[in-house]
Amino acid sequence: MNDYLLISFIMTVIGASTPILLAALGELVVEKSGVLNLGVEGMMLVGAVTGFAVTSITGMPLVGIIVAAITATLAALIFAYLTLTLTANQVATGLALTIFGIGLSSLLGEGFVGFTIDVMGPVFPAGLAEHPVLRVVFGHNVVVYFSIAMIGAVAWFLKKSRAGLILRAVGESDSSAHSIGYSVIGVRYAAVAFGGAMAGIGGSYYSLVLTPMWAEQLTAGRGWIALALVVFSAWRPWRLLLGAYFFGVVMTLELYTKAAGITLIAPELLAAMPYIATIAVLALISLRKSAGAQAPACLGQPFKPST
Amino acid sequence: MLLELEARKEPSRSMLYLTPVIAVLLTMVFGAVIFTLLGYNGLAAVREIFITPAIDIGRWPDLGIKAAPLILIATGLSIGFRANVWNIGAEGQYIFGALAGTGVALLTWDMEGVWILPLMCLAGIVGGMLYAAIPALLKIKLEVNEILSSLMMTYVAVQLLYYLMRGPWMDPEGFNFPQTRLFSDSQLMPEIGDTFVHIGVPLAFIIALIAWFTMSKTVFGFQVRVVGAAPHAARYGGFNKNRTVLLSMLAGGGLAGLAGVFEAAGPFGQMVPQFPTGYGFTAIIVAFLGRLHPIGIMLAGVILAISYVGGEIAQTTLGLPNAAAGLFQAMMLFFLLATDILVKYRLRFGSAAPGGAK
Amino acid sequence: MNTDVACRLELRSVTKAFPGVLANDQVSFKVGPGKIHALLGENGAGKSTLVKMIYGIMQPDAGEILLDGNVVHVPNPKAARAMGVGMVFQHFSLFEAMTVLENIALGLDENISHAELEKRIREVLTQYGLALEPHRIVSTLSVGERQRIEIVRALLLNPNLLIMDEPTSVLTPQEVAQLFETLRHLAANGCSILYISHKLHEIQALCDGASILRGGKIVGACDPKQESARSMAEMMIGGELMDVEKGPSRQLGGDRFVVNSLTVPGEGDFGVALDDINFSVREGEIFGIAGVAGNGQNELLLALSGEVKSEDSYTVQLDGKPLGKLGTTLRRYFGLCAVPEERNGHGAVPNFSLTDNAILTARNRKGMVNWGVINARKAETYADEIIQQFSVKTTGSTSTAGSLSGGNLQKFIMGREIMQTPEVLIVSQPTWGVDAGAAAAIHQELVNLAGRGSAIVVISQDLDELLAICDRMAVINEGKMSKTLNVAEATIDEIGLLMGGVHGDPNSTTEMTEAAHVA
Repeated sequence: MNDYLLISFIMTVIGASTPILLAALGELVVEKSGVLNLGVEGMMLVGAVTGFAVTSITGMPLVGIIVAAITATLAALIFAYLTLTLTANQVATGLALTIFGIGLSSLLGEGFVGFTIDVMGPVFPAGLAEHPVLRVVFGHNVVVYFSIAMIGAVAWFLKKSRAGLILRAVGESDSSAHSIGYSVIGVRYAAVAFGGAMAGIGGSYYSLVLTPMWAEQLTAGRGWIALALVVFSAWRPWRLLLGAYFFGVVMTLELYTKAAGITLIAPELLAAMPYIATIAVLALISLRKSAGAQAPACLGQPFKPST
Repeated sequence: MLLELEARKEPSRSMLYLTPVIAVLLTMVFGAVIFTLLGYNGLAAVREIFITPAIDIGRWPDLGIKAAPLILIATGLSIGFRANVWNIGAEGQYIFGALAGTGVALLTWDMEGVWILPLMCLAGIVGGMLYAAIPALLKIKLEVNEILSSLMMTYVAVQLLYYLMRGPWMDPEGFNFPQTRLFSDSQLMPEIGDTFVHIGVPLAFIIALIAWFTMSKTVFGFQVRVVGAAPHAARYGGFNKNRTVLLSMLAGGGLAGLAGVFEAAGPFGQMVPQFPTGYGFTAIIVAFLGRLHPIGIMLAGVILAISYVGGEIAQTTLGLPNAAAGLFQAMMLFFLLATDILVKYRLRFGSAAPGGAK
Repeated sequence: MNTDVACRLELRSVTKAFPGVLANDQVSFKVGPGKIHALLGENGAGKSTLVKMIYGIMQPDAGEILLDGNVVHVPNPKAARAMGVGMVFQHFSLFEAMTVLENIALGLDENISHAELEKRIREVLTQYGLALEPHRIVSTLSVGERQRIEIVRALLLNPNLLIMDEPTSVLTPQEVAQLFETLRHLAANGCSILYISHKLHEIQALCDGASILRGGKIVGACDPKQESARSMAEMMIGGELMDVEKGPSRQLGGDRFVVNSLTVPGEGDFGVALDDINFSVREGEIFGIAGVAGNGQNELLLALSGEVKSEDSYTVQLDGKPLGKLGTTLRRYFGLCAVPEERNGHGAVPNFSLTDNAILTARNRKGMVNWGVINARKAETYADEIIQQFSVKTTGSTSTAGSLSGGNLQKFIMGREIMQTPEVLIVSQPTWGVDAGAAAAIHQELVNLAGRGSAIVVISQDLDELLAICDRMAVINEGKMSKTLNVAEATIDEIGLLMGGVHGDPNSTTEMTEAAHVA
C-alpha cells in the first residue's frame, strides 16, 4: 500500500468511525445513569432524515446537524417518558423506539429521496492539510473534531465533575441516590436526552457526510454496533475510541477490497463482517475476568420512588 | 397534580387484557391527528388501514396469509420473552429457516412425493433452531447479550441470502436474475379449496393453541415462566436456568424457521432476495400486543395483518407512503407500553392526597 | 446552640397514609437536646415512614414537625441536612463500586475538593476514634465499616439531630459496642439522637427515653432504664409475649443429617467460600447456625438445599444416603426441603399466585404432575390447605405472593415446606422481618416438626431465636464453622466471641462485657 492509499484509508476509517463513536458516547452516558436505551438505531435514523431535510432546504449542514440533535432528543424523550415516568420495560421500549424511528424516518424521508447536498468541508484551510501526514491531523470536518473533543469532555465529566459523580451514583444504586436526596428520574432524563442528541448527530453524519443522501434505513444497524461498543469499552470513554476505530477499519476494508476488485472473498461476506466482528468482540470481551462487574449496577432496572 | 398514580395491591387482570385494546384505539386517534398534520386525510387513513381490511370479506384470505407468519414467530418469541430471553433476531432465524427449507427444495427439485414438503418444514425448524442456538449458547457460555448477538445474526443472514441468490443457488435458467428456481408442486404449500389460503394459515393457529397448552398447563411452561419471573426462585424450585434459556430460544428459532418455510413455499413459491419483509420484527409487536399469551397473539397477529393489508390499500387509494403502516405499528407498541402502567397502578383524578399538594 | 429551647425535635400529630394503610396516625413525641431517644416498634409499625418524613424523603399528609421549637417544612433530604438533621439508614445508602471518599462526597451538599474532604474526614475519624480508609472501594468493606461511612457522612455535617434506623441489625456485638461509644460521645457534645430499633436490650443500654409505636400510633412512652425488656416487648406487640413450648424434652434419635467436609468456592467477587464444614443433626433435633450476615450463610443454604451442587456425594447425607451431587428436585424427593432467607424472588415468586408458588417446590412430593402436565386442582387444594393450617392472611390462593405481608408470606413458605413433612428441613432467617405473632407461630411449627422426628437446621442472625428453639448450635464465620455448643450450657460471651471472629477490632475486646449484654 503506498502512502497516498494509506492516508486515504486512514481518512476513511476516521470518517466511518465518527458516527458510531458519537452514538456510542451518548449511550455510554445513558447507561452510566442506569438506563439501557436500545433505541439508538431509531434515534440515529430520525437525526439522519431531519438533518438531511433541513440541510437540503437551508443549504447549511451545521443547521442540519443541530436540528438532527434536537429531533433525536425529542425521540429520546418519548423513551424517557415511557421508561422513567411510566416505568415501562426499557428493553421493549428501546425496541419500540427503533421500530418507530425506522417508520418515521422512512415517512419523512420519502420526499427527499434523490436530493443532493453539499458535503461539509474540512475545518482548516486546505494549505494546512496538504502534506499527507498533516492531512490526517487537519483534514477533517468539524464533526470529527467534535467527536474527539466530546470523548475528552465525557471522560472528564464522569471522572472529575460533581455532576458526573452524581450521575454515576444514580446508575450504581438508584435507591441510595434517592434516599440521599438526588433526583434519580431527573438525572436519567438528562442522560437520555444527551444520548439522543449524540445519536442524532451521529445519524446525521451518515446522511450529510458519508453517503451523502437519504435512503431508507440508511444507518444499516450501526446503532446496534454502537450499543455493542459500549459493552466493549467497559463503560470507559477512551476505550470507545479504540473500539469505534476498530469497526471503522472493518467497514473500510469492505470498501477498499471492493474498490480494489478483489473477488477472492464474496462481497456479501465482507458486508457481513462488521456484524460478525461485533459478535466476535462481544464473545471475546466476556472472556476477560469479571467482565460484567463493570456494568452500572442498576442498568436497565426501572425505578419508582415512593412519595 | 391533576392525575395521580396509586399502586394497586394486586396487578389488575382486566387492565392486562384491556390495555392492548386501549393501545390500538389510541393509535387510531393519534394516527388520525398525525397524518392530518402531515397533510394527509387522517381520518380516511385510519379507516383504510384499520377498518377496510377487517370488513371486506374479500380481504380476509390475505389477512390470514399475513397473520400466519406473524402468529408463528410471535408465539415462539413469547416463550423466550417469558423466560426473560430477548431474542430479537427472529428475522434472521426466519430467513435461515427458509433457506434451509429452500436447500431441501433445491436438492429435491426433480423429485416427487408427499414427503418433500414435510422434510422442508423440518429443515426449516432445524435451521431456525440452529441459527437461534448460536446467540443462545453465546449467552449461556460467555454471557454475550442475546439482544445484540441475535440482531447482528439477522444482518448476517440477509447477506447469506444475497450470496446464495447471486451465487450457488441462482436459477440456472433464470436469465441471471438473483433468485432460485420456482418450487415444484410437491414443494409448495397446498391451498385450501379455491382460496389462496395455504395450509400454513390454519396450522399457525393450531400451533399457537398447542403453545398455549404447553405454556399454561405443563411443567415446561411453568419452568419458563419461573425462570423469567424470578431466576433465584427457579433454581430453588429445581429448574435449570441455562437449559431453559436454550430451550426457549430454540422454540423461538424453530417456529421462526417454520414460518420461513411456510412463506417461501407459500406466497413466494421460490427464494428471492426480497424475501425478508420484516415479519420477524413486527412479530415482536405482535408478541407484546398479545400479552405474550398465545391466544392474545392470535388476535394481535390478525390486527397487525390488518394494518399491513390496510397500509397497502391506503397506498393505492390515498397515496399514503409505504412507511405509514410501520409507523402505526410502532405507535401501537408505544401506547401499549405507556398504558402498561395501568396494570400495576390505578389512575386517580384530582389531588385527593394532601401529600401531593405540598 | 440554642439551649433555651426544650426540644430539639418535636412531632405534633404527624399522619401519613398509603393506599389501604395508615402508616402513621397522629404521631406526637419530643426529643430534648443531647438526648438519645428510642423509637420502638415491630416491623411494619411505621417507624421507617416516620423518620423518612423527618428526613424529607416523604411528606406528611397532616401534622407538624418542629426543630428547636420552630415548625419546619422539609421538602427533601438536602433541606433536612441544611437544618442539621443527619440520618444513617438501615439499608445503607451506599454505592458499592465507588470509593469511601466518593460515597461521602455524595452525601454532602457542598462541592469541596477531594483533598479538602479527605482532610476533614480524617479529622472526624480521629475525633471519634473510628477507623476507615477513604480510598477503599465500598464493596471490599465489612458491614461495620460500611456503617461507619454513613456515620462519618452524617458527622461531617455537624448535626444537631442524628437519626439511626435499625443501626445494629448487621453488626457484631463488638461493633455494636463501638457504635454506642460513638453515639454517647456525640450526645455528650449536645447532638440529639433518634434511635430506631426493636432490640430491647440495646435500648435499655443506650437510650434516655422511648416512644413506642404500634400500628402507626404512639401507644406509650417510657424510660427504658426503668422498664423490663418483657414489659417493653408487650407494649410493642400489644399483648402478652408468647413463649415457645419446647414440649416435654424431645426424643433425639441417631444422626439423620450429616454434613461432611463441605467445601464450596465463593461465587463471584463478593461470595464467601465455605471451608470444610462439618456437623450432624439428630432425629428430632433443631440445630442452630449463628453468625453475622455475610459470613457464608447464603452459600451454606444453597449448598445444603442443592441449589449449588457439591463435587462429592458424601458431603451431604440424609439417613446415610449421599445427596451431595443432587440438585434440589432430587434432594426434595429424598426428603430434604429448604427455606431461603429472601422471600421475594427466592423462596417465592412475587407476581405468581399462591397456587403457582405451591407448585414451585411441592409439585413432586405432593403428586401434582402427571406426564409433565400440572394438575392445577391439586395445587390449589394444597395452597388452600397451607393457608388454612398456617393461618395465612390472604384473600385466597389466587392472590399473588407479592400482595402478602412479609409475615404472612413467610408463614405460607414455611407451611409449604413443613406440610411436605420433610425428613430434613433447612431454614434461613425464619423470622426475619416478621411480626412477633407470626414469629412465635413459626417457632412453634418448627418445634412441632422436630417433635415428629425431622432434623432441622436453623440459620439465623438472631441469637435470641436460636437460644429459644435450638438444642445445639454452632457459629459460622468467614465460611468456617465453629465447634458445636450445647445451647443449654452455652454462654452469650462465648457465642459473641465466636461471632466476632476477625471482624471485631482488637481494641474493643475490653468492651466485650457490654457487647455481651447487648447481644
